[in-house]
Amino acid sequence: MTVGVLALQGDFREHAQVLRTLGADVVLVRRPEELARVDGLVIPGGESSVMDKLARAFGLADPLRAAVREGLPVYGTCAGLIMLADTVVDGIRGQESIGGLDISVRRNAFGSQTQSFETDLDVPVLGEAPVHAVFIRAPVVDTVGPRATALARLADGRCVAVEQGRLLGTSFHPEITGEHRFHEYFLGTVSAARFLG
Amino acid sequence: MTETTSIEQFGSSRVKRGLADMMKGGVIMDVVTAAQARIAEDAGAVAVMALERVPADIRSQGGVARMSDPDLIDSIIAEVSIPVMAKARIGHFVEAQVLQALGVDYIDESEVLSPADYVNHIDKWKFDVPFVCGATNLGEALRRINEGAAMIRSKGEAGTGDVSEAMKHIRTIKGEITRLSSLSKDELYVAAKDLQAPYELVVEIAATGKLPVVLFVAGGVATPADAALMMQLGADGVFVGSGIFKSGNPQARANAIVKAVTFYDDPSVIASVSRGLGEAMVGINVSDLPAPHRLSERGW
Repeated sequence: MTVGVLALQGDFREHAQVLRTLGADVVLVRRPEELARVDGLVIPGGESSVMDKLARAFGLADPLRAAVREGLPVYGTCAGLIMLADTVVDGIRGQESIGGLDISVRRNAFGSQTQSFETDLDVPVLGEAPVHAVFIRAPVVDTVGPRATALARLADGRCVAVEQGRLLGTSFHPEITGEHRFHEYFLGTVSAARFLG
Repeated sequence: MTETTSIEQFGSSRVKRGLADMMKGGVIMDVVTAAQARIAEDAGAVAVMALERVPADIRSQGGVARMSDPDLIDSIIAEVSIPVMAKARIGHFVEAQVLQALGVDYIDESEVLSPADYVNHIDKWKFDVPFVCGATNLGEALRRINEGAAMIRSKGEAGTGDVSEAMKHIRTIKGEITRLSSLSKDELYVAAKDLQAPYELVVEIAATGKLPVVLFVAGGVATPADAALMMQLGADGVFVGSGIFKSGNPQARANAIVKAVTFYDDPSVIASVSRGLGEAMVGINVSDLPAPHRLSERGW
């Protein structure tokens, strides 16, 4: 199974490494023809406004939207979650997203870098052991629409992981903590989608 | 769904180094006004460096260069939503305390400003805000990491528009890492001594073949091709100081350098973004700079 990692900017090599460890063939995606070859896509952490700008400048934004519409499994972390949100709050001037997740995401919801943190989260869908999650100038999901499902919340109730059909998004970065369960879970979705077409 | 009650940990190494990870494949731009910060964000900068004078002006105007006015830093933080970095003088831990209090996202303990301490650098472990530091070779990089730096940038020669020093420093750092990887375990003791670096860090780098933190390049990058050159040499990203706002068309040049960093291995993209940028910054050949004016020699 071939999984793409959007490689316009951000920590795409960390995602590629985790996916290879789990046995996937990895393609770095910067162009529409690379996107066309993949069975699933990861949108990494990074600066969402930069990814948006580059995706539009190099003709990748519309093919990404079409791929999501046609059922491509996509997992977004942090900036990737913002890219997958139907509504982005506090984006830069003119910022667009790919959309697909029926959620409203607030960009940089915790404040400056000194408010970045790590903590343990319960994510029931991944089993009993908590997920050690790193939040770096992270977004939160302000509103979970009726078509999306919250998978994890902070102690104060704010939603930080969501799923909707073949789309998965987290505010935090499993790719930099050695936590592989989200990627395994996502590869399960990719396999099922390949089988079902 | 059960809710967690676990403790949130701020200012950890993972959180500090993590922000640099998220900037990889990106361009960090020096800006001296909120209006320039706006141009940088619109162009696709991953962060801005808030300064009173770009290095080219520090160089031409001379005098002691210090931390920027807090009002200037506030105005830039208010203008943009991408991370804002600011510079403290080498060893000036009170400037760093002030910058942390202002809420900057990263502090650059920088040789571009006049050093405050000719012996010690700042103890960066004491801060929740992460630090980036310059290095000209592997030993210097490891000493900074040992002091708590969460990101390294090769120094180059700031404010010149001459990429040759940046080239020398990234090649030196990469070359020294490769050499460490080829040594046997008993040779690493002497290697650590020669590098004047902690043995544990030297062993780690010999095993992994890379720095434990992100490595950007700085100092002399002025064109899209310069930026792509640094990426092909293995940089994780680039700082562009005077190169953008001392050029004929900053908006176009900023846009072009962002694209060249993402498509650093595609000459057709680099060619296309290099068209119609107007004049590059005038620049100074590093070989014409007398030694006392070379900023890269500051830091120990």
